Amino acid sequence: MAEPVLEVSGLRKVFGSQVAVDDVSFAVAAGGSLGVVGESGSGKTTTARIIVGLEHADAGVVRIDGRDRDHVGRGARGADAGRGRAVGRSGRSGRSGRRAERLARARQVQMVFQDPFLSLDPRLPIGTALTEVLRLHHPDRDHSARVTELLDQVGLGTREATALPRGLSGGQRQRVAIAKALAVEPRVLVLDEAVAALDVSVQAQILNLLADLRAELGIAYVFITHDLGVVRCVTDEVVVMRRGAIVERGATETVLADPSHSYTRLLLESVPGPGWDPQLITAARRALAESEAELTPR
Amino acid sequence: MKTAQTLQTPQTLHIRGLRVSLPGTARPVLDGVDLEVGAGQTVALVGESGSGKTLTSRAALGMLPAGATASGIVEVDGQDVLTMDARALRRLRTTTAAMIFQDPRAGINPVRRVGDFLTEALRTNGAADKRTARKRALVLLDAVGLSERVLRQYPHELSGGMLQRVMIAASLMADPVLLLADEPTTALDVTTQAEIIALLRDLQSRFGTALLFVTHDLELAAVIADRVAVMYAGRIVETGPADQVFADPKHPYTAALLAATPRLDAPAGRLAVIPGRVPDPRTVIAGCAFAGRCAHAVDACVEERPETAAVPDRSEATVACWRSGTLTLQGGASRG
Amino acid sequence: MSTLTLVRRRPGFRALRVSRPWLFYICAGFAAMIVVVALLAPWLAPADPNASDLSAALTGPSAAHLLGADGSGRDTLSRLILGSRTALLGPAAVVVFSTTLGVAVGVAAGWRGGWLDSVLSRSSELMLAFPGLLLAILFVSLYGTGLVAPIAALSLAYTPYVSRLARGLTLAERQRPYLAAYRVQGFSNWTICVRHLIPNIGPVILAQSTVNFGYALIDLAALSYLGLGVPPLTPDWGAMVNDGQSAMLQGQPLSAIVPCLAIVVTVVAFNVVGEHWADRVANREDARS
Repeated sequence: MAEPVLEVSGLRKVFGSQVAVDDVSFAVAAGGSLGVVGESGSGKTTTARIIVGLEHADAGVVRIDGRDRDHVGRGARGADAGRGRAVGRSGRSGRSGRRAERLARARQVQMVFQDPFLSLDPRLPIGTALTEVLRLHHPDRDHSARVTELLDQVGLGTREATALPRGLSGGQRQRVAIAKALAVEPRVLVLDEAVAALDVSVQAQILNLLADLRAELGIAYVFITHDLGVVRCVTDEVVVMRRGAIVERGATETVLADPSHSYTRLLLESVPGPGWDPQLITAARRALAESEAELTPR
Repeated sequence: MKTAQTLQTPQTLHIRGLRVSLPGTARPVLDGVDLEVGAGQTVALVGESGSGKTLTSRAALGMLPAGATASGIVEVDGQDVLTMDARALRRLRTTTAAMIFQDPRAGINPVRRVGDFLTEALRTNGAADKRTARKRALVLLDAVGLSERVLRQYPHELSGGMLQRVMIAASLMADPVLLLADEPTTALDVTTQAEIIALLRDLQSRFGTALLFVTHDLELAAVIADRVAVMYAGRIVETGPADQVFADPKHPYTAALLAATPRLDAPAGRLAVIPGRVPDPRTVIAGCAFAGRCAHAVDACVEERPETAAVPDRSEATVACWRSGTLTLQGGASRG
Repeated sequence: MSTLTLVRRRPGFRALRVSRPWLFYICAGFAAMIVVVALLAPWLAPADPNASDLSAALTGPSAAHLLGADGSGRDTLSRLILGSRTALLGPAAVVVFSTTLGVAVGVAAGWRGGWLDSVLSRSSELMLAFPGLLLAILFVSLYGTGLVAPIAALSLAYTPYVSRLARGLTLAERQRPYLAAYRVQGFSNWTICVRHLIPNIGPVILAQSTVNFGYALIDLAALSYLGLGVPPLTPDWGAMVNDGQSAMLQGQPLSAIVPCLAIVVTVVAFNVVGEHWADRVANREDARS
């Protein structure tokens, strides 16, 4: 692999007695695209939230361009992320140091959320929402020109700039969410089920848009999804997660064509298509659960 | 067990020319829908949001949004639904037809035990006493693969897949002739989806229930249904045997939908996008509603609405497209 | 969400929960009128509110005194008009202070969580258990009569109503991914709360504050009635009721009834307006999600 832009190693997160993420490690090459596949409870969303800093890992490191994201080993709650981080370490102190650290971290990784209807401030027109991000991260640039450029990049016109989120369709809102993330100019974009809530025809438009943006900007993707068809469409490499741990990894084509883990095979067989047999899948699922029950000591 | 009844009426669900208008829209949200589901048959109703698929399935239970005006024929088991009074509708919904929703948690009272939920409808309806209702609940729980223990549990103690099984058991309590399933597996994991479908199939063959399966997933529709009906902007644009519609679509919208779906067996790379968006219900459309997004549209498509016509050499298949006779469309089978 | 948007009401006011639009318009109009009257009071009052016309003492309505005069011969109408100033100013101050403090406490508790939430929530509950009027009487006995002590006490007493609501709303709003998106984008917690969280929960808080306004008016009037509120001679509705007691015994109840009516009608008006706003916000929330 080329020089990795994102490196995750030994990530672990426990909620109460439940191990949500268990020793998860992977790397994404600059401009690459990694799919993180799993069902509900696999820990894929928690992994994503740790990478962007919305959760704190109990152990492990997240590195961007070899630099520690410094998320680790803090017991504090999510809301005070960024507080007191730089103090005493880099020698900077006070508000400006914390602010610079926070902004630098934001420019490393951005995120697009699943539900386009809840991921925008309902009161703010689209243009204002974009300007706000630009003012924070790039205060000395021409914002109105950049807003037009960003909207154009995600296939929206200036007409949408004055609209409120409720005046837009689900697909348009998701384009706005992508534009907001791009406004920061991050190295890595984490997409958490970003097309799952969209209609098939809209989903195709967004997936193509994401492919174009990656080619154009050289931004790396971490694509969290349950949909193997989507993984095949937009990722180079894939990791399959089950119950917090990675069970299989490799090039997307290889994993999907020739899966080695029985869980990956089960996932693939479960996707409706020719020769789909729900009875067989049910039996395979039971068998897998039973074999795992034997392995784990009670 | 319903065969004696259903033999008299050929179709369990019979919808003809259903037209539903809502206040504030320029054209009907359902515009002449024809749909048949035979006894023991599975029909998948496929479409994107705003196509009217959910509205159609709800109309079968007489559940129309406030202010809606409906015309046409909707018959369940030979009974006309649109002219029913409130009491007859209640009887229809508790005994003749049942519905399963996308989110099983939304349809169940979280502070009541599963057992009460299952037996409630039968008991309040006076159709069965407590003992009979409980016995029936046990039979169905066993059929959906859950143990008796579930009866004493609360909804929050069950996973989404288990809860959807409970909902399926509940829907079969009164032994309905028609089951309406509105995206019953969309909120579930793929492996759980397969289990629920296996279960629905098994139950259907045991109880002879007709199933109308509403979904946005054309691939899923193709593998589970006997016949599919594809909806777009309030009209059914194509119907036919599931495998044939999937392998050899006759309507450009069906073909475009198949091409836009990221699939495991299609060539990787860019997806074929359907440009534009679903037409706003506040606009009047003279011709075909899909014409504005269709790669094959000609002047006639914009000017005049295509009639629904039978597809030659295909049984019980229709298509509403001016050009279907001359077009060759890519299907789901032309892979690899 | 909608369960949280329920504004807290005192038991006796539950029956007032009416969302008929005409009632809202009448009440909103009345509330606006009272505000205008208070602003223009010195010009509107027909006589000096403290001028004693002993010849008119304890008389009914007449051409000189439209609503009669009290036991000291002071014009009831003029006192009523001038009294609207303290009647509105006191509760307004209480609402401003309690809302500011309540939003700060509630948002901080809901957003930060952890020990801060425990400390703030427990102390709010402690405050709720302590009757506001009693606290005000305590403050007055410590710091003397006048408007400052009761306003400070009532502001403190009303803060928990606002802070509990603000905390609940913050917890609910926190779940929405748009706030998480702002955090990922590097905005500070302060900016997110001030620019995005508070404006989005604001309408519900304002509805609660409008309802609180009515309650604060009653409490302040009660204190004045007890002689613990405004300084003597300042026209005030609560004090007028007290002054009117003797007049009542002597068969001229008007000077006591008029301020009573003014209090009741004003409180009801603000309550209805607040309720209506709360309902409207709740409906909008439902439509949004």
